[in-house]
Amino acid sequence: MAKPIKVSLLGNPNTGKTSVFNLLTGLNQQVGNYPGITVEKKEGVCKLSKGVKAHILDLPGTYSLNASSLDENVVIELLLNKNDIDFPDVAVVVSDVENLKRNLLLFTQIKDLEIPTILVINMADRMKRRGITLDIPLLEKELNTKIALVSARKKEGIDTLKALIESYTLLPKTPCLQALSFAPDYFKKLQKTFPNQSLYKLWLVITQDVNFRKVDKQEYVTTPDFKIKSESELKRLQQKETIKRYQFINNVLKKALVIDEKAATGMRAKLDKILTHQFWGYFIFFGILLVIFQAIYDWSSYPMDMIDEAFAWLSETTKSILPSGPFVDLITEGIIPGLGGIVIFIPQIAFLFLFISILEESGYMSRVVFLMDRIMRRFGLSGKSVVPLVSGTACAIPAVMATRNIESWKERLITILVVPFTTCSARLPVYLIIIALVIPDKKIGWIFGYQSLTLMFLYFLGFATAIAAAWLLHRILKMKSTSYFVIEMPDYKIPLFKNVIINVVEKTKAFVLGAGKIILAISIILWVLASYGPNENFSNAQEIVTGQFTDLSEEEQKKKIASYKLEHSFIGYAGKAIEPLVAPLGYDWKIGIGIISSFAAREVFVGTLATIYSVGSEEDETIKNRMAAEVNPVLGGPLFNFASGISLLLFYAFAMQCMSTLAIVKRETNSWKWPVIQLVSMSILAYGVALIAYQILK
Amino acid sequence: MKTTIAHLKRGQRALIKEITSDRIPLKLLEMGCLPGNEVELIQTAPFQCPMYLMINGSHLAIRKDIAAQIEVQII
Ligand SMILES: Nc1nc2c(ncn2[C@@H]2O[C@H](COP(=O)(O)OP(=O)(O)O)[C@@H](O)[C@H]2O)c(=O)[nH]1
Repeated sequence: MAKPIKVSLLGNPNTGKTSVFNLLTGLNQQVGNYPGITVEKKEGVCKLSKGVKAHILDLPGTYSLNASSLDENVVIELLLNKNDIDFPDVAVVVSDVENLKRNLLLFTQIKDLEIPTILVINMADRMKRRGITLDIPLLEKELNTKIALVSARKKEGIDTLKALIESYTLLPKTPCLQALSFAPDYFKKLQKTFPNQSLYKLWLVITQDVNFRKVDKQEYVTTPDFKIKSESELKRLQQKETIKRYQFINNVLKKALVIDEKAATGMRAKLDKILTHQFWGYFIFFGILLVIFQAIYDWSSYPMDMIDEAFAWLSETTKSILPSGPFVDLITEGIIPGLGGIVIFIPQIAFLFLFISILEESGYMSRVVFLMDRIMRRFGLSGKSVVPLVSGTACAIPAVMATRNIESWKERLITILVVPFTTCSARLPVYLIIIALVIPDKKIGWIFGYQSLTLMFLYFLGFATAIAAAWLLHRILKMKSTSYFVIEMPDYKIPLFKNVIINVVEKTKAFVLGAGKIILAISIILWVLASYGPNENFSNAQEIVTGQFTDLSEEEQKKKIASYKLEHSFIGYAGKAIEPLVAPLGYDWKIGIGIISSFAAREVFVGTLATIYSVGSEEDETIKNRMAAEVNPVLGGPLFNFASGISLLLFYAFAMQCMSTLAIVKRETNSWKWPVIQLVSMSILAYGVALIAYQILK
Repeated sequence: MKTTIAHLKRGQRALIKEITSDRIPLKLLEMGCLPGNEVELIQTAPFQCPMYLMINGSHLAIRKDIAAQIEVQII
């Protein structure tokens, strides 16, 4: 079989690059953005004819090759490094027919790198409504390339694109204009000094901080000839280059593109009038948030109840079918309840990703950035921090990565540091179960229940703390950084169903698999620790208990034995050791173990409790019922009461319990300093607040 | 006093004059903010910041401090 063709997908943001990628690859894609595998690139396989395959790499959207953000840097690093395993055989530049002029800038730069390049003009379905006509053959000639006119929405033109990819060797490699002709002396000298290098590549390396692995950047900079150029001089030259490119593009489009303004109809202006309105804009935004949170809570409760019962049933059935023994116990008491604790949250997480994905796809998110910038800036954040903060409600990891397009380092750092306060979906499992246990299931008026209001309050608390922390950091951190805030406001689009679904499926899958692995491992360890003990007390539990309590019924005796065993197991001793630390917060040692294990990842908490509580228990019970039955060892009465419940909720709201987030913060800030600060300060805050809450409420 | 984008009123159009400052981010130029191009103020957030502009057919938002550095001629 032939070697797969390596294709890089490039383009400005919002041109429909993801849609084209999804069309080419379908569900044959891998996205890595969960624990450990923090890769920012999406890859997929596309089948062409005759068994030839194309390996498609979806690069982050960029406006040009002059990197102004980390995401853009990824693209340049790849394109400048011929030895990178992902270095493309052919580059596919996706553009949007309505923004062709701006999109072509990147295209002309990539052509200058002398890589075979195909131009995709997407959104062809909108040409009629916009009154646009294109002379494709003329464009192909002027741009010295092959063009595929595509509508990702209507699934048109994809076959043309595939055919072009397949015959990529026929594509011209030469640039389409002489972009570096504006300072002839300078560039002549440059070329003379490095006769073997392509001029444009040299220029790119000089003008930006790329890790150019093959040829070291230092080499140029120390060469006396190039020192004469100060930074501001270089910037001038870059401006000239951009102007030059636009002149070329304008000339080409003058001939090849006709827009009949009269035929154009604009929904955009009308929508913008309301959605970016100085009052109604905010009103609508908060309305949307309210609806989303209410929906997440209400809609997902049905599938969640079903999953909860299904797992209890599964555990019970396995128990009755398989012969009993330690291995079966491990499955029914360790693994199944542990996994049940995470699977149950799939509906909510999926809904959350669904809404976020719709907001982003529709173009509305940019309006939110616009509306919020001024307010966020007061707190040392940027309007662009809103996207990480909102997507932080799904998961802090992609949220931290989403800060990359914030131009100012200080604003970006603050955003990264406060994002973990937003209520991520891993907190949901804990919140939901505790709320169900300690908050009455009553309604105020018609719609809003106490329980969903509590949840909403916790989300609000997360945001408020994030903002307050940002304000504090803004005051404390002394760093100068100028901010260049530029954001594109894309046209409104009805989200493509396929994009949204793929996004939801991929993200949910990553969440479940990533969390699932940790939870599986932890539940096995916990089960072992809970099922064996260090001394006589454990192995002789039966005799000790029957000796002590002779007047109990068989049923009660069984229970006593089970709990006696648990207390004298390894985990029991460990738990007792930390009990003094958590008792002032209103927790017993079992919750203590839950908290400790959830420093790996928060969602482990429920699974841990499920595992601890189900060890040795006989009945077919849901996790919630088991927790409700727990008794406070000191005070009597239910262990999960209002005071301890609130204290636990607050602890989880503030604590930094997620190793993956710490790892990604380390990577994005390039130092251990920030994640350590995060971990320590958030833990102290969580402990303090939970302590105060319990002591007041108890 | 020089007229800049920051002086525009909603719905007003102008032509961008020479770009002189090198403090203007390159990205803005790359998005079409170049001498001779037309700019229209579409909307502002409260306190006039950020400003939502249409430049050369591209829609984008920038903060007022940058807008105040781009000289224009109102048409
Ligand atoms: N009308 C139309 N809309 C499209 C087409 N392709 C993508 N879109 C929409 O354009 C928006 C941006 O698409 P996306 O693939 O997320 O763009 P990306 O930011 O470049 O990855 C989404 O709302 C898509 O639904 C198309 O061919 N026609």
